[in-house]
Amino acid sequence: MTRYFTDEHEWIDVDGSTATVGITDYAQGQLGDIVFVETPEAGKKLTKGGDAAVVESVKAASDVYAPVSGTVTEGNPALADDPALVNSDPEGEGWFFKLTLDDPSQLDGLMDADAYKAFVAGL
Amino acid sequence: MHRQEATHRSLEHAEPTLVSDTNEIDIDAPDEPLALPLDGWHRARGARMVPFAGYQMPIQYEGIMAEHLWTRESAGLFDVSHMGQLILSGEGVEAALEKMVPGDIAALAEGKQRYSLLLAEDGGILDDLMITRAPMGLYVVVNGAVKWDDIAHLREYLPDEITISHLEDRALLALQGPKAVDALKRVVPGVDRLFFMEASSFLWGLEPLWISRSGYTGEDGFEISLPAEHAAEFADLLCKEPEVKPIGLGARDSLRLEAGLPLYGHDLDPATDPVEGDLSFAISKRRRAEGGFPSADRILKALAGGAARKRVGLSVEGKMPVREGALLFAGADVVGEVTSGGFAPTVNAPIAMGYVATAHAAVGTTLEAEVRGKRVAVSVTALPFVPHRYHRKGAAQ
Repeated sequence: MTRYFTDEHEWIDVDGSTATVGITDYAQGQLGDIVFVETPEAGKKLTKGGDAAVVESVKAASDVYAPVSGTVTEGNPALADDPALVNSDPEGEGWFFKLTLDDPSQLDGLMDADAYKAFVAGL
Repeated sequence: MHRQEATHRSLEHAEPTLVSDTNEIDIDAPDEPLALPLDGWHRARGARMVPFAGYQMPIQYEGIMAEHLWTRESAGLFDVSHMGQLILSGEGVEAALEKMVPGDIAALAEGKQRYSLLLAEDGGILDDLMITRAPMGLYVVVNGAVKWDDIAHLREYLPDEITISHLEDRALLALQGPKAVDALKRVVPGVDRLFFMEASSFLWGLEPLWISRSGYTGEDGFEISLPAEHAAEFADLLCKEPEVKPIGLGARDSLRLEAGLPLYGHDLDPATDPVEGDLSFAISKRRRAEGGFPSADRILKALAGGAARKRVGLSVEGKMPVREGALLFAGADVVGEVTSGGFAPTVNAPIAMGYVATAHAAVGTTLEAEVRGKRVAVSVTALPFVPHRYHRKGAAQ
């Protein structure tokens, strides 16, 4: 399994043609206390760069974009009752959704962990 | 990830002051966010700074949720130095100001503070403000975002013999929460003698501070006007008290929303009059009888017969926040709009405030808000969402 990162502060774990998507620890820190997450339903078609989910902190709502195109297989059901999982375990139990990739070549050009770390350090 | 909307604002009303130093009025509003006297103090405490009302201001330190809950149970220190502190003075200042506000200013005794509304000629609300009778004149605190407009309006409508002093070299701090009195009286002995909406001068060493018992959180608390050059030292002393932590604008906004207090520029604006804004309490008894404020005939008629729409509280079903700009529906009809909304840490649920047509404004009325194309059930709820805990004179303590 390989983990990629985007410059929109999302992570993607890829295992064959399936992927799990969430937001990074840096992102949750910037957002602050998460009080609501709207995840996409199974079967929804996502287009790279299009709206995929919404994450709401006390102070604002933010869009989460699809880092790659694909079909959603599952939204994280745990976030409905406990959206603060995104704060406490953003890159684990606080994942947002899983999808089947349309085109694995879209992963080309995303960052690996070291590149993302350097990217955040430069912000 | 991309923020859908910028949603922190937060302001306040409040307080009194003193006057020993006054500056020339500078009508030019700043274009770039300016640094407030405590800018470095906030940054040293890990604040995240954001532009607000023309200044760089702290939105949060450790986190909005924790800061909000700390203020409700202990005491939070807020820097509200962006707000405008004015002294209006001169012969006949009360009568002159009464032509612009609906409150009874003439009856205000020294050391008494009153919430009021600066009204345009058509009765629209230009700002909400606090007016206190101080030894040097009327001490007025206005919202930071509109203070330059307020000053220009006051200068235009007040007679030339009334002096407006803008106390630009004073900072304004608010200490809010049930333990605020315990902490503050150790630093400034005697402040516990004030009741809600009273103000006085107190000595801090050799330095006179102007302190009122008032605020914008629904809790007991104080607002302290002091020379900007001493603000950091004073804030340090307060934060050494075990009850006190610094609190940012984010929690200030969630606290005032739970307290049902409107935020100017969001819940109040020039297209809203005092009756629609559910602020009829700010139209004093004598002024109801005598009028003499802008659009008094129309506003008093609305007071007697009701306005077409009204500011209300809204409880939100489920967990999804309903924010400013969301339309409110009764069936297929749009009957209102949300003007403030978000997650309420003490209520532990989303809450909102907005305007609805009077036919739908009764407490208990069920409506729907539209958020990202979806309908969410809301119900009209009595304000405040969290009971006020002011230290009122004559009330059981």
